Amino acid sequence: MMSLYTRRQLVNNVMMVASTAATLFGLVWLFWIMGTTVFQGARALDLKLFTQMTPAPGESGGLLNAFYGSLMMTVIGLIIGTPIGVLAGTYLAEFQRRSRMGQVIRFTNDILLSAPSIVIGLFVYELVVRPLGHFSGWAGGLALALILLPVVVRTTDEMLQLVPGGMREAALSLGLPKWKVSVRVLQRAASTGILTGVLLGLARISGETAPLLFTALNNQYWNASPNGPTANVPVVIFQYAMSPYDQWHAYAWAGAFVMTMFVLVLAVCSRALLSRSKRLRS
Amino acid sequence: MADDIAPLMPAGDNPMGPSRRVRRRRARRLNDRTADRLFLGLTGGAAYLVFFTLAGAALSMAWGGRLAFRTFGWSFFTSTQWDAVAHKFSALVPIWGTVVTATIAIVIAVPVSLGISVFLTEIAPPWLRSPVGTAIELLAAIPSIIYGMWGLFVFVPFMSEHIQPWMIDHLGTLPVIGRVFDGAPIGLGMLTAGIILGIMIIPFITAVMRDVFLATPTVLKESAFALGATRWEVVKDIVLPNSRTALIGAIFLGLGRALGETMAVTFVLGNAHDFSLSLMQPGNSIAATIANEFTEADSDIYLSSLIALGFVLFVLTFVILALARLLLHATRREGAMA
Repeated sequence: MMSLYTRRQLVNNVMMVASTAATLFGLVWLFWIMGTTVFQGARALDLKLFTQMTPAPGESGGLLNAFYGSLMMTVIGLIIGTPIGVLAGTYLAEFQRRSRMGQVIRFTNDILLSAPSIVIGLFVYELVVRPLGHFSGWAGGLALALILLPVVVRTTDEMLQLVPGGMREAALSLGLPKWKVSVRVLQRAASTGILTGVLLGLARISGETAPLLFTALNNQYWNASPNGPTANVPVVIFQYAMSPYDQWHAYAWAGAFVMTMFVLVLAVCSRALLSRSKRLRS
Repeated sequence: MADDIAPLMPAGDNPMGPSRRVRRRRARRLNDRTADRLFLGLTGGAAYLVFFTLAGAALSMAWGGRLAFRTFGWSFFTSTQWDAVAHKFSALVPIWGTVVTATIAIVIAVPVSLGISVFLTEIAPPWLRSPVGTAIELLAAIPSIIYGMWGLFVFVPFMSEHIQPWMIDHLGTLPVIGRVFDGAPIGLGMLTAGIILGIMIIPFITAVMRDVFLATPTVLKESAFALGATRWEVVKDIVLPNSRTALIGAIFLGLGRALGETMAVTFVLGNAHDFSLSLMQPGNSIAATIANEFTEADSDIYLSSLIALGFVLFVLTFVILALARLLLHATRREGAMA
């Protein structure tokens, strides 16, 4: 007969070991996936990747047009999505905290957040591509903005709500107008969290493939303006990886490697920035 | 300068000073009011845009899929046929695939995320927390197409050589549940897709869980420790109840991702339109079907069927999230009563 104390200790130890094992389980996948990408990508890496256009099967080339198109559409997405997201999040946290309307918008935003990106792609296809009659980089950027938007709205809303009420009351009692309280005091207090939201969204859209299939499609050639079908790294990777050609697989791995590194460097740098700003504040 | 001195002077000595001061202040207050109204309008407009985006997405897909819904009627949901040549399309197989893969993902991801969150907040020494936490979050930074590629070139062969033969031999022979593990070990299929989805949503769930765990009031935890609770008891009785609402939110965040995740499953599902109970057989999901076949859709009814599938996926996500909300309210009410 086990004493109560021993049993509690035992349960505790089992759960603690299980938690540690879960963490190792998570890390194993990271290193496995990263290891493969780095190994395969570094093997296929070549300076021509950044100077030449996407090749036809059997020829050699690079991914220059795809990199350019991806960058362009990500920037369009950020420029549209971030300000609207922060504003909407502020509205929810500051003006509609407990109201019915606030609940409805929050509910909508939650659904938009979980709404599959492919659905957003189809929406933009119906909204922009079909009326205009052709795929375009603008449509791709808009789709990316709509994916970024709910992430920013939700984080902004949550982070602003976490700001202690005392800070808001102190600012208001100084006679500051509401918008100044929001922008100068509360948003600044929550800026770390809001930035995390934007970065989370950015990481999500820089590798997003599904919506671009229906909006930007792909382009084998150089296209500087976002008015026509635009090449982008994810769709090129998709097309090349699904193809039967080994050479195209190599290009896909190279693109995957560069894209992943970009996203990871971005993630690590922003994290360093975050922890520094936290240190400065405390 | 004049403003600073003015209040100190008796009002009669300098009639200009105070009146100018008052006027300027009133002017500023008016500006503030306008600015506040503008701010309200601007932020409100942005918030309603979110609302209209969702409504627009639903309507546009219902509109785009109207041809398919009208042509096939209810058989769109009950038939398993998907024949591009005969122009006969139906959604049952993709819906089944979507639900099964997302369920596998959640079953894997929720306990693992819980474990990681407990590790990061309770077990790990402080110097280890930040690097491990960052590493787990990096899993979320990896684009989904990388998961797909890695799945196709690395994980599918691994499953077919090491995991699936064992499962077919040991689990496939069991009565009843054996059918679920029936088939040839080709690696592609629901199980592989579900596992990859599970890995993909771990960081999303973990990030939220860890944050709410950390938000638990320290006083509550310390009080429990002082009463002699073990670490697990503190987690179970203090941290978890304290963060229940956000916890469910985290899980549904993950579920949403899993349901609609496209690229990763497109690579490893196998794109087969045959209905099968087995997790080892190639299957399809709504998202994978659309991604695979959208550019091939050569007829109006084909395209419309794919958009109708998108609408179904949308409704599915919507229903599940609405249920989540109800559940959330129920737990909150229960908590209030206890």
